[in-house]
Amino acid sequence: MSTFAGTGRLARLAVRRDRIRLGIWVLGAPLLGYAIAESVAGLYPDAQTRLGYAETAITSVVARAFNGPIAGADVGAVVVTESYLTLALLAALLSTFAVIRHTRQNEETGRAELLGAAPVGRYALLTAALVVVVGANVLAAGLLALALVGIGLPVAGSLAAAAAIGGVGVAFTGVAAVTAQLTVTSRGANALAAATVGVAFLLRAAGDVLGERAATATRLDSAWPVWLSPLGWGTQVRAFGPERLWVLALPIALLVACVAVAYLLAERRDVGAGLLAARRGPARAASGLLSPAGLTWRLHRGALAGWAVAVAVLGLAMGVAGHEVDAMIAENPQAAEVIAQLGGGAELVDAYLAAMLGIFALTIGAYVVQALLRTRTDESDGILEALLATAVSRTRWLGTQVLGAVLGASVLVLLAGITTGLGYGVADGDPVGWTVDLAGAALLRLPALLVVAGVVTALFGALPRWSVGLSWASLIVFLLLGQLGSVLDLPQAALNLSPYTHVPSVPGADATAPPLLVLTAVAVVLLAAGLAAFRHRDTPR
Amino acid sequence: MSVIAIDNLVKTFGSVRALDGLDLRVEPGEVHGFLGPNGSGKSTTIRILLGLLRRDSGQVRVLDGDPWRDAVALHRRLAYVPGDVNLWPNLSGGEAIDLFGALRGGLDERRRDELLRRFELDPTKKCRTYSKGNRQKVAIVAAFASDVELYVLDEPTSGLDPLMEAVFQEEVRELTAGGASVLLSSHVLAEVEALCDRVSIIREGRIVESGTLTELRHLARTTVTVETVRPLTGVAELPGVHEVRAVDGRVRLEVEPAHLDTLLAHLLRFQVRALTSAPPTLEELFLRHYGDTVTTSDGGAR
Repeated sequence: MSTFAGTGRLARLAVRRDRIRLGIWVLGAPLLGYAIAESVAGLYPDAQTRLGYAETAITSVVARAFNGPIAGADVGAVVVTESYLTLALLAALLSTFAVIRHTRQNEETGRAELLGAAPVGRYALLTAALVVVVGANVLAAGLLALALVGIGLPVAGSLAAAAAIGGVGVAFTGVAAVTAQLTVTSRGANALAAATVGVAFLLRAAGDVLGERAATATRLDSAWPVWLSPLGWGTQVRAFGPERLWVLALPIALLVACVAVAYLLAERRDVGAGLLAARRGPARAASGLLSPAGLTWRLHRGALAGWAVAVAVLGLAMGVAGHEVDAMIAENPQAAEVIAQLGGGAELVDAYLAAMLGIFALTIGAYVVQALLRTRTDESDGILEALLATAVSRTRWLGTQVLGAVLGASVLVLLAGITTGLGYGVADGDPVGWTVDLAGAALLRLPALLVVAGVVTALFGALPRWSVGLSWASLIVFLLLGQLGSVLDLPQAALNLSPYTHVPSVPGADATAPPLLVLTAVAVVLLAAGLAAFRHRDTPR
Repeated sequence: MSVIAIDNLVKTFGSVRALDGLDLRVEPGEVHGFLGPNGSGKSTTIRILLGLLRRDSGQVRVLDGDPWRDAVALHRRLAYVPGDVNLWPNLSGGEAIDLFGALRGGLDERRRDELLRRFELDPTKKCRTYSKGNRQKVAIVAAFASDVELYVLDEPTSGLDPLMEAVFQEEVRELTAGGASVLLSSHVLAEVEALCDRVSIIREGRIVESGTLTELRHLARTTVTVETVRPLTGVAELPGVHEVRAVDGRVRLEVEPAHLDTLLAHLLRFQVRALTSAPPTLEELFLRHYGDTVTTSDGGAR
């Protein structure tokens, strides 16, 4: 059919363009599944510990909301419950981004026009993207099944579990095919598709929270909202329980329906146009925008709001979960050991809460890096040049960027403390006390984040072309030192390289001023050095 | 006092010598054309004038200040239009214009609205949806609505259609009528010919020619085509005459402006039936400096 002419060639082009991304996805996702499965299988070696785990998974509201329904007390069921959320979300988001990258982004950049002028059918671009992304999902699922069989899980369950994950990817491939037709920008199409993933997550979580323990088996039976969610379908396959393979027909049906709608939409619109009109903006700027600070706020407020919502939801969940820590620990001494290692001694609940705040501080480090690296993006885009050609000094501009990132991080850290405290306090009966305590404890992490800001600023000032890679690498090194340092028995000198090593592990440990003052001083030196270097260098693209 | 005064400016990027002893003068109230092919150092010079790049050696004065040290104070008194405009995708065009204006120290509201109308720019569209030409217009409107002493324009009309090009030229004339000075780097020779009082031609990081168009023309040969009743002889031996060729019963030759008089006296003896004389176009002037050799450096400017 001529409407599909050129599909094969375009699919090969897509694979060629994305050979590295696709390779990382197809190999990396199964590898991650393998790693999780292997560690989980090791953590719950016997029927006794697994029954304990299953009991928590069924009774804990937090576990139900995040991990989904457990299908049984076999190793496989535990593995699926522990790994499903991560793998399914990965499959959903990677599929979405890949489809839009090869459809709407091609149109947005004008590449589609160039291709459309060649003997290429109207449906070819979309079809090629679908073939490639569905193919990637099938391949990744196949490898995941092999990995699960490889660690000794039953073949039928492994295949069902992998197919469930692949099904999530396939379903969202269809969703993205539709959103790619709706908006003019790939950013908009991605946002729309990601929002669908978010709604699917909430529906599934709601269905599982409302679910009931099965009468005759160790299993959670989800309530009806999960059937509205492609993320829920994967759990309803009940891999390693008595499997229900017919559920796998649902994602395929959704894909077929979505593709039909997408073709219909593609038939009715011009190349480059969308069905939703591009949003317009004001003709005049509000006075709040008209300064470096106003501009910084405008550019970062969206990301900051997103982070705030995520931090608040996780904080509340982690806080509420804190109340279940005692129960969990009674049944699983190994988990107690892990928590004690992360939190550094003291009472286990305190250690748990300190560990959570520590993880928040590390994660919010990513916000600082991302927000501050906007400096480099602006520079390589040429926007910085236009800004510095106005009456804004380099010091003022970079200072504003640093201040914005640090203030944003402060808000997020404080929010993490408040919500974690609130979550734990509500369950504990002392919401105000815990909220105040943990808010204070969270703020003690701020000096470490200041050092992260200092590192990025110094790199941007001294090595602009390398700053993006090196900044992320630094954060990853801090993360690895914190997570693996004690496990791998690294020398203290190596651990000391990470600013996170030096923040007191409150609550549970005593907070002392000297390390915080030293961290702050280091941060100030790094910031000053970055600023000085920036003031004396060229502005390379 | 010159608005821009550059003496013996040198800038290197690694082993590449982007500017190699450049001299440039822009006088108050003039539109100064800055010509040269890609990679000859135009943008590097402009970036140094804006304090975005540091010079290695040489003297640079802008509005009697040091472009690096006094950057902020100077930028209140000048406006810049880059050749490749990038904007914030999620801001509207109007917001971007107001922002640039405010950061420069305020803009003339009436001028802003007038320019938006003349350039037919919709300020409510998000910058990510603008075409290259429209992004260029955003930068032009933001710059021209600022009441400043010096406008630095780096290939400002790339991407504009001929109608907008005409509007641009009228607006530049309006700026200079108000007493402002303009440094106009451009590839569009017709635009330079229409607008510029003086022109500097840059090649491989040096100025090879500088002066008014009339002055430059005097340095170049005039092309003369003549048809005579009696066969024309002896022209090739005349001083200052070059490239004599017979074409369709006519003779075509090039003559240095200083020797035009001698040539005409000689021609009269052969009974001139038709004569055309064409002064060199800017294109010919330009090609005279560039056409003969392939430029060697391509890493000069970005």
